[in-house]
Amino acid sequence: MEAFGLLLHGFAVLLTWKTLLLMMVGLVLGIFVGVLPGLGGPNGVAILLPLTFTMDPTSAIVMLSCIYWGALFGGAITSILFNIPGEAWSVATTFDGYPMAQQGRAAEALTAAFTSSFIGSLVAVLLITFLAPMISSFALRFGPPEFFAVYLLTFCSFVGLGREAKHKTVISMSLGLLLAGVGMDTVSGQLRMTFGSAELLRGINFLVAVIGLFGISEILLTMEERLALRGHAAGISLRVVLSVWKDLPKYWVTLLRSSVIGCWLGITPGGAIAASFMGYNLAKRFSKDQESFGKGRIEGVFAPETAAHASGTSALLPMLALGIPGSGTAAILLGGLMVWGLNPGPLLFIEHKDFVWGLIASMYLGNVVGLVLVLTTVPIFASILRVPFAAVAPMIVVSCAIGAYAIQNAMFDIWLMLGFGVVGYVFKKIGIPLAPFTLALVLGSRAEDAFRLSMIGSGGDMKVFWSNGLVGTITTLAIVLLFWPVIDRAFAGVARLVRPAKA
Amino acid sequence: MSNTELEIVVDDPTAPEENSPAVVSTGTVDIIVSLLLLALALVLGWDNWRTGASWDSTGPQPGYFPFYLSVILGAASLYGLGAAFMSRREAGETFVTRAQFRRVLAVFVPTFLFCLATQYLGLYVASFLLIAGFMRLVGKIALWKSLLTAFVFTAAMFVTFDIAFDVIMPKGPLEAAFGY
Repeated sequence: MEAFGLLLHGFAVLLTWKTLLLMMVGLVLGIFVGVLPGLGGPNGVAILLPLTFTMDPTSAIVMLSCIYWGALFGGAITSILFNIPGEAWSVATTFDGYPMAQQGRAAEALTAAFTSSFIGSLVAVLLITFLAPMISSFALRFGPPEFFAVYLLTFCSFVGLGREAKHKTVISMSLGLLLAGVGMDTVSGQLRMTFGSAELLRGINFLVAVIGLFGISEILLTMEERLALRGHAAGISLRVVLSVWKDLPKYWVTLLRSSVIGCWLGITPGGAIAASFMGYNLAKRFSKDQESFGKGRIEGVFAPETAAHASGTSALLPMLALGIPGSGTAAILLGGLMVWGLNPGPLLFIEHKDFVWGLIASMYLGNVVGLVLVLTTVPIFASILRVPFAAVAPMIVVSCAIGAYAIQNAMFDIWLMLGFGVVGYVFKKIGIPLAPFTLALVLGSRAEDAFRLSMIGSGGDMKVFWSNGLVGTITTLAIVLLFWPVIDRAFAGVARLVRPAKA
Repeated sequence: MSNTELEIVVDDPTAPEENSPAVVSTGTVDIIVSLLLLALALVLGWDNWRTGASWDSTGPQPGYFPFYLSVILGAASLYGLGAAFMSRREAGETFVTRAQFRRVLAVFVPTFLFCLATQYLGLYVASFLLIAGFMRLVGKIALWKSLLTAFVFTAAMFVTFDIAFDVIMPKGPLEAAFGY
């Protein structure tokens, strides 16, 4: 077991006081971010990214990924206690979590949520530990055409499988790819789409766009809502924790089902939101007593939380192994890797062993520490919600501005952030999804380079994308996924034609 | 368990009213955004055509990839424009009500002023002004609390970024007076 030895090495890298301290700081900040309205996992990571610029990459990624775990845990607190999902993926948790809290079983619901989050991530991390090295060593054989085909597959699956209107996904994606191309062309050195502006010469930084799109726009959206809330902050006693854990084996089917759904949707760009709903619905469908769902059933907390965390964690698998993020937050972590001078992709496993295995080990450790931390400190974090939003909102704005400025030390980026904030607000309200935009912006130049290198290699012959079995399969799959809704409808139509004929 | 519970109640006195009239409908915004995106696609497409969007001896020219992306963006926006005109159902939906819009502006305008102030006064002074002003004027929080919170937060940011982590922020005349 080579992976196991390397993992132990990863733990050795981690077990220093400094790293453990950073881990705690990251988790606390993350829970904070998850609990507060108007902030969330991607924003938290994006805003706090500048803090890590002067750290070594391993400490930096440990802290950032812990912010991410913390945010995942934090979302559950508000959805159960106040019926306010801090994150979209916690919506399904409110269905049964909040009724449980109203019945005075808040501690039970919280324990269930945290424990199942822990289980979900653990399954996903195990998957990463053993699958990521295999995928990356396989991907080492990839040349530019294969990489372009994989990028194409990612983009096409977003369009084909996304639930939003197709043209809106296409708009979001092509806009992201276009903005990624602004500035100096990496192959020829020529300037593109700068319109003579010296500020645009640097290009549009991915992180600046993300801070605006997620941070600023989220505050604008939050202000539209009624911000009143009412609930109880329950402390969790050891007795409750033990009694919930004792019952855990009874729900192993639900936990396993949700973990599998979560891992699958995390690796493919389905995302934690879809995973949590699917986990909940399937648990309900397979239950003998469907009526009791939505009225405070503990399985209704287990199912979505496990799936959401499994998905949020496994989204890091394609990022580590192939350099393709499976979620918005993974895309931001990928942006971080590039800032620290690491090139995400299969070579990472060879050139930066310490880093990769340190990160994977931190996923194990971060989840254990996180579980203990949230179980003991729920009332403190719940009372953060007492801080009026009028105090929180300007602080978030300042943090966003610091984050945007620090990336390239440019005042122009603060204005750019503000612009993206407005764009994000409008896009979210008219249903243009932001995830494809983020993904396109971070992958844009790599996809273009891969395309142009393969074109140069083949002398401009498009057949290079079908030149061998591997690349041909991926490209064909991409095109099938792109037209999946049409194909699906065609199949359904054929089936409808055939069936009456039989009858 | 009830002895460990503490009740948390937060009110929102300035919450937007439910029955506030709509400022603009979703359909209209959809059309405006589609038109803007179409214009952007045309401008970018033209710029890339000028840069060179064809093939030369070494492969695709720099404008090739973005040119075709502009074409895709333009086509998708045209489709969106058509879809927005066709669908009567969505067109009636409210994009934002007047009360909501007022609250959104209550955040957006201070944020804009904050960016402007950062440009001339430096980030820390602007941050102090934004937090204190926003808490006092929008949140109606007591003046001393607003000033204290703003000062503590700004000072904490200064110590964290400029001193501890060496991440240098834009500064203005005030910091210059203290020799930073």
